[in-house]
Amino acid sequence: MADIAATPSRTIGGLATARRGGPNGRGWHWTDIFTYVYLAFGVALMFLPVVWLVLSSFKTQAGLQEFPPTLLPLGQVQVEVQGFDEPLPLFEVTFEDGTVRQMAQIRRIGIMSQMVDPENPEERIQVSIDDREPIREFRVAWENYTKPLETFNFLTYLNNSVIVTAAATLITLLINSMAAYGLAIYEFRGRNAVMLFVIGTLMIPITIILVPTYLVVTQLGMVNTLWAVIIPGCATPTGVFLLRQYMLTIPRDLIEAARMDKASEWQIYWRIVLPLSLPAIAVLAIFSVMWRWNDFLWPLIVLNRSEVYTLQIGLNAFQGELNVQWHFVLAMTVVALIPVTVVFAFLQRFITTGIASSGMK
Amino acid sequence: MTEIELKSVLKAYGDVEVIHGIDLHVGSGQFVVFVGPSGCGKSTLLRIIAGLEQVTGGEVVIDGTVVNAIPASERGLAMVFQSYALYPHMSVYKNMAFGLENSKMARAEIESRVQEAAAMLQITPYLNRRPKALSGGQRQRVAIGRAIVRDPKAFLFDEPLSNLDAELRVAMRKEIAALHNKLGGTMIYVTHDQVEAMTLADVIVVLNQGRIEQIGTPLELYNCPQNTFVAGFIGSPRMNLMEAVAEPGEGGGIDLVAGSQRIALPAIAGIAPGDNVTFGIRPEHMDIVDAAQADISAPVDLTEQLGGETYLFCTPEGLPQITVHQLGQFPVSEGEMVHLRFQRKVMHLFNADGQVVANGIENGAAAGMEVEGAQA
Repeated sequence: MADIAATPSRTIGGLATARRGGPNGRGWHWTDIFTYVYLAFGVALMFLPVVWLVLSSFKTQAGLQEFPPTLLPLGQVQVEVQGFDEPLPLFEVTFEDGTVRQMAQIRRIGIMSQMVDPENPEERIQVSIDDREPIREFRVAWENYTKPLETFNFLTYLNNSVIVTAAATLITLLINSMAAYGLAIYEFRGRNAVMLFVIGTLMIPITIILVPTYLVVTQLGMVNTLWAVIIPGCATPTGVFLLRQYMLTIPRDLIEAARMDKASEWQIYWRIVLPLSLPAIAVLAIFSVMWRWNDFLWPLIVLNRSEVYTLQIGLNAFQGELNVQWHFVLAMTVVALIPVTVVFAFLQRFITTGIASSGMK
Repeated sequence: MTEIELKSVLKAYGDVEVIHGIDLHVGSGQFVVFVGPSGCGKSTLLRIIAGLEQVTGGEVVIDGTVVNAIPASERGLAMVFQSYALYPHMSVYKNMAFGLENSKMARAEIESRVQEAAAMLQITPYLNRRPKALSGGQRQRVAIGRAIVRDPKAFLFDEPLSNLDAELRVAMRKEIAALHNKLGGTMIYVTHDQVEAMTLADVIVVLNQGRIEQIGTPLELYNCPQNTFVAGFIGSPRMNLMEAVAEPGEGGGIDLVAGSQRIALPAIAGIAPGDNVTFGIRPEHMDIVDAAQADISAPVDLTEQLGGETYLFCTPEGLPQITVHQLGQFPVSEGEMVHLRFQRKVMHLFNADGQVVANGIENGAAAGMEVEGAQA
């Protein structure tokens, strides 16, 4: 087939510039154009909010509220002028005769602003605010990041989030894979009924079990500890189902060979089934990390003291009733995004490549 | 050295009984082959011995101990699977060492055992490879090596060669035979290939539909099949089996009448005129003779000239197609009539139930070829 013959090497560049080509294999087929257009649309749809978020997180609070908004974080240039204690903002003023000069603004009164020429501090003039344009430069507001991390305990929140995510993911993987092993490898009466029951719990929304779970957690004295967030969500029907279905595809001969090799059930689980289920485990790990990292409602309920806040709860704290500190919210949202992105980047190859190439024909 | 005994072993899946009470004794150091068509229960029987399936009734006895309740891991047997069942995430070395690690053996002992087995099977260069980087034959060796290192009470092979190509299968067959000579352990080998069974076995157990049809050495089965099933199953190409009716013949003998063919035989104990019988003759046991001496005459449908030997496929009037084997090259054109005489002393006669009446007919009596297999 011509399509296959024309397939370029499977590199990023090769994939990004691949096309079907016209009747003789060159030029553009209409499907090429269509494909690139909808892929570009998809990329824009997915990435523009993230790009906007990252760029905006470097804007000052004033820069964020500016209208019309700017794409890049810009700050007004300020100059030191003799005779003034504070640096003054620099503007480009257009005079009636058409000349343009750079002047610093001393103060603004109504629709007029009082300007001074930095070269000639003695001369002061009144200019209509419509005749001046602020002079801006690319400026990154690092304080959006440093200030919450230093003064608002965000490092603690970050730390809590990491602990919750890591511990919960490990426990989730362990108990879900053990449950899946039982439901996939053993034949017993009622196996499918148990599986249906597990999947059935997917139909119960969290809002319904919120109160009973909270009561249990309270009875166990776990409120305001990280365990209250880690433990209740560890047994996930999705995880059990995902792992069990994958384990069903492991050839039974392998399990039986291990039995003949004197392996105990734990060894079969730990040394045979678990390594062979790695692709499914990776998928569940990715899910679990994303669920736990982004979890908001449950931590909000059980964590009431700021030492045990997770990032998401910490972010919520910036939203006051009257005033939202958007510059901090945006910057800390970027911080919150980084670990998930990193995890995904490292583990995503497991989603697409099954490593259980079993060595069998 | 290990003896394995099955006492009226039954196996049912739900209401479907697949093994109908099997009694079998496997002697110490014997190479026993279970052979039969697919679905005859031979693999199930092997898995019952291994402990991977539970019996529904009866007993499995290993070295005098009833092992019905002992799990596979503690029976001390090793099994080679049809799919090899190598652990894909472990190197060849790890694959072979896994069973030893599980029995808490010292590291140095494991190392020496694996190296020794690897040397015996010539897989030392591949010890660090993963199974998927090996060819079919190499994987097979690793699977056998994994069984050898354990030094098991007995080896169980479940159709180990069926995934190999024809040439490799012949080579591995010889190696397994050599291995048995070297190790001398008790081996049970399951196959559907009767050539493997004939070449490897000390004792062959022919199974059909969950029952043992016959037990015996390869040549016993070839010379003295006890029923039509064994007669048809053992031997390649298969025996020609034809249904006939016995009629009174000249001089007190009987004639077998099949279609328009009439075969004159001496009187045979157990066959009276009017009986329905099945007679069998192997392709290699027919002579091409003059029309006057012939038992049957048939036109040749097809010939296969292999150089050293020739197969003729002929259809006598009123009978199914029969195969005739001739040594050397035998020029014959298709459609030509050949006149065939059956060698009486290797002719087999079965009654209406398919049970043997005579293995070989000579001078008026059943020739009494030694029948000794059944008690093995």
